[in-house]
Amino acid sequence: MEQKHLKRVDLIFEWDEKNTPINVLDKTLQKTPDAIILEMIDSGLKGRGGAGFPTGLKWKFTRNEDSDVKYVVCNADEGEPGTFKDREILDRVPEKIFAGMAICGYVIGAKEGYIYLRAEYNFLLKSLQQKLDKFNQQLKERQVDFTIFMRSGSGAYVCGEESALFESMEGKRGEPRNKPPYPTVAGYNSKPTVINNVETLVYTCEICRMGADKFKALGTSDSRGSKVFSVSGDTTKPGIYELELGMPLRDFIDEFGDEDAKAVQVGGASGHCVPRKKFNDTIIGFEGIPTGGSMMIFNSTRSMYNVLHDYLEFFNEESCGQCTPCRVGCQQLLKGIEAVKKGERPPQYLEDLKKLTLTMKIAAKCGLGQSVANPFISIVDNFREEIIY
Amino acid sequence: MSKYMVNLKINNIPIAVEEGTTILDAAKRLNFHIPTLCNHPDLSVAGNCRVCVVEIKGARLLAASCATPVSEGMEVFTNSEKVRIARKHVIELLLSEHNADCTKCFKNGNCELQDLASEYRYGDHVFIDLVPFSKKFIDISSPSITKDTSKCIRCQRCVRTCAELQAVSALAVINKGSQQTISTFLNKPMNDVVCTNCGQCINRCPTGALYERNYIEDVWNAIYDPNKFVVVQTAPATRVAVGEDLGFEPGNRVTGKMVAALRKIGFNKVLDTDFTADLTIMEEGTELLTRLKKAIVDKDETVKLPMMTSCSPGWIKFQEHMFPELLPNLSTCKSPQQMFGALAKTYYADKINIKAENMVVVSIMPCTAKKFECNRPEMRDSGFKDVDYVLTTRELAMMIKQAGIDFEKLEDQQYDSILGESTGAAVIFGATGGVMEAALRTAYEIVTGNEVPFTNLNIKPVRGMEGVKEASIKIKNAKPEWSFLEGVDVNVAVAHGLANAKRLMEAVESGNTNYHFIEIMGCPGGCIGGGGQPIPTSPEIRRKRAEAIYEEDMGMPIRKSHENPEVAEVYQEYLGHPCGHQSHELLHTHYVERKRF
Repeated sequence: MEQKHLKRVDLIFEWDEKNTPINVLDKTLQKTPDAIILEMIDSGLKGRGGAGFPTGLKWKFTRNEDSDVKYVVCNADEGEPGTFKDREILDRVPEKIFAGMAICGYVIGAKEGYIYLRAEYNFLLKSLQQKLDKFNQQLKERQVDFTIFMRSGSGAYVCGEESALFESMEGKRGEPRNKPPYPTVAGYNSKPTVINNVETLVYTCEICRMGADKFKALGTSDSRGSKVFSVSGDTTKPGIYELELGMPLRDFIDEFGDEDAKAVQVGGASGHCVPRKKFNDTIIGFEGIPTGGSMMIFNSTRSMYNVLHDYLEFFNEESCGQCTPCRVGCQQLLKGIEAVKKGERPPQYLEDLKKLTLTMKIAAKCGLGQSVANPFISIVDNFREEIIY
Repeated sequence: MSKYMVNLKINNIPIAVEEGTTILDAAKRLNFHIPTLCNHPDLSVAGNCRVCVVEIKGARLLAASCATPVSEGMEVFTNSEKVRIARKHVIELLLSEHNADCTKCFKNGNCELQDLASEYRYGDHVFIDLVPFSKKFIDISSPSITKDTSKCIRCQRCVRTCAELQAVSALAVINKGSQQTISTFLNKPMNDVVCTNCGQCINRCPTGALYERNYIEDVWNAIYDPNKFVVVQTAPATRVAVGEDLGFEPGNRVTGKMVAALRKIGFNKVLDTDFTADLTIMEEGTELLTRLKKAIVDKDETVKLPMMTSCSPGWIKFQEHMFPELLPNLSTCKSPQQMFGALAKTYYADKINIKAENMVVVSIMPCTAKKFECNRPEMRDSGFKDVDYVLTTRELAMMIKQAGIDFEKLEDQQYDSILGESTGAAVIFGATGGVMEAALRTAYEIVTGNEVPFTNLNIKPVRGMEGVKEASIKIKNAKPEWSFLEGVDVNVAVAHGLANAKRLMEAVESGNTNYHFIEIMGCPGGCIGGGGQPIPTSPEIRRKRAEAIYEEDMGMPIRKSHENPEVAEVYQEYLGHPCGHQSHELLHTHYVERKRF
């Protein structure tokens, strides 16, 4: 397996005075939309929100849709526990997001873009709006027919799910939709829509600045480029780090953890728990364990029962509640591990619950319910005695 | 433009279906049954119960077959191992959050979750019971609708019904996750919100979370009380539907058997709301002609047109909440049910020499809103509560079963007289457009002396299931006293289901319409699709009930309300003339403005 060692990268937060985002935009608009799509596909950029859909293909599908009205939406509903990298990007280099959205708008033929900002980040709204006003003005001066608007969320985790986000933007209750149709066909206002994560849009801007070749020189064949990680938990160096993709988890721990680290929760509450014995052969990337950025380190002082219990409480609260597997499944999982802990159900009941999560994984309506199996199975399998006793 | 055909395989059997067909519908054509709960033929697709999931070859996820369109080359499996395990889990999860006290449940025997549970018989009850039984879940505040959250499986059919079909949205989803539930604005009790009591939510609730406030025991008690004289009236739409709960297919008329059953149950007199439907036509028709005369001849600008019908209590409450500014447009006529009650405890009680205070009037209605209506403070013009108890068609079927009556073997019987005679014009009140048709049959003849110019009196343009229907009739050869109507095109509109009513009211408010008369029925299809009718309901079932209604009309010897001899008699002996003083005392009412929330 191709492996990269831990390497810090400085793309996202770097400010190139000669190639400011608006300069990159000017340069990029000289190219044809098809050429830009080819460059995106060539770069191998995959969505940085966690699901990892190839960005170039998403743009291409949306461009190919026949519709007078299309939209670009920036998913800034960064709600995954342990993820806080978008906040930093929104605070420090929002112009790169704006430029990425404008490039996308040019490529797919959209005249409007929206940034859906999670409610908890409303403290950023004022400064973002000021910078956005300036950027919109710059677009106007260049006679670029594209305007970006801010939208505020209302505090539901599920609204980070793209179709629930559209429902929320349309003023409805934020509940995920049935798919198909996918957003590229029917997204916001049922029009073809590109919805990208904050970080993804910044990378599209970076790829336009430095070219696909430089970008794809980073990372591995399955996980091109770099990624911003949010490091938290039992570490002496919590914070935001941009790292090359495809690193072994061992290297990550050597840098951020210590020998007392017993597990890393990769990808937040909905991600996977990797125990120490698997640090050496776990790759962080699409070929191994992907993450939207969250890396939570737990040392020996932590009870993994409490960790799982907290995650399940979180899902119990944040499931939208519309589909049975997620709404009732999450309740059963939480009550289930409590019952096992108290001895009201035998330890074998954990096997019934694991089977239930496998059903949730394939039968829940959206990614929220589908991903509950990740933490549940990885924690129960690796820390079974902590759950039972 | 014809649609593309899509080729796919379901359980290895090839089939070609039109593009856009769901997997569920494609499977139906091959006679593969896929269980469903949140799906309903009257509603938008939700895809949230996940009972109908199927496996698609090559797909990571199972697909909700109700919500997934077919695609070329798709290979679907409706009963694979993965599907069976998922379905078992979904059903068990639903049962774990459902208060499964089936034997005590009003919907026992008519519950889709119970059917699924009995189909799959999962005896091993793996999961933890999430619903400790508690009375606090039950909202009995409404005289029409009881809501028991402990039975709710969150399929949101009621929410979609209330929003999509009725444009009321009294019920909505609140909270999320484990706290997600179906509730009202600010969690207020059902009698304190914009609920119109139409009961359409009940018709679509798959479990016992929503059901009618039932008065069966009260009625039995009245029947067995030796001091009470209990008369029963039956609404037009009940006779074409009650059979569905008693072994008949939809669309069977069981009028004679129903009358016989009511006698066996022990009602002292079996009378007909159809009688007062005919009376309504006399009153409402006269009111319309009077309003037209005032508007056209007297140029009286205080007269409100278009006039709107007032037979449907769900519609009335809707208008009181949503369009109070149009209340003057409503006919002041009481509904046939309430005209009946008012007459029964005055004119009729005198005639048969029974003291009104000893009389109990029971209505058999296709409607839950009628339960609210009979409790309105305006409905006591006899000096007593004009109608004491309202039972739905479903409750009547239960009483018939409780009485041990073999309904299918009953010989047909006739209604008692008086207040039992009726016409074909009255029975069509049960279907959307029926009141309009009955009114036109009479009004046209009053004005011109001739029958309405439609073959067999069948005014087809106002019939059928189109949401909003329009018609225009030119008055020809008006009698001298109606000469101001000569050559006038009388424009009418008909809507059924409150979402359609809302559309029509918005059009009226925009000022771009020129209607004279509008009929509104609160429920889809009119009373045949009422909230008290047998469950299930679907466009197909309502169409069959409507057909039966029109058959009943064609079979009646008299088909025009003004030719009902008992109606003539009641005017002669008691009321004087339509819209006269006595009528106004007993047969007309007024409305109240209500808030939007």
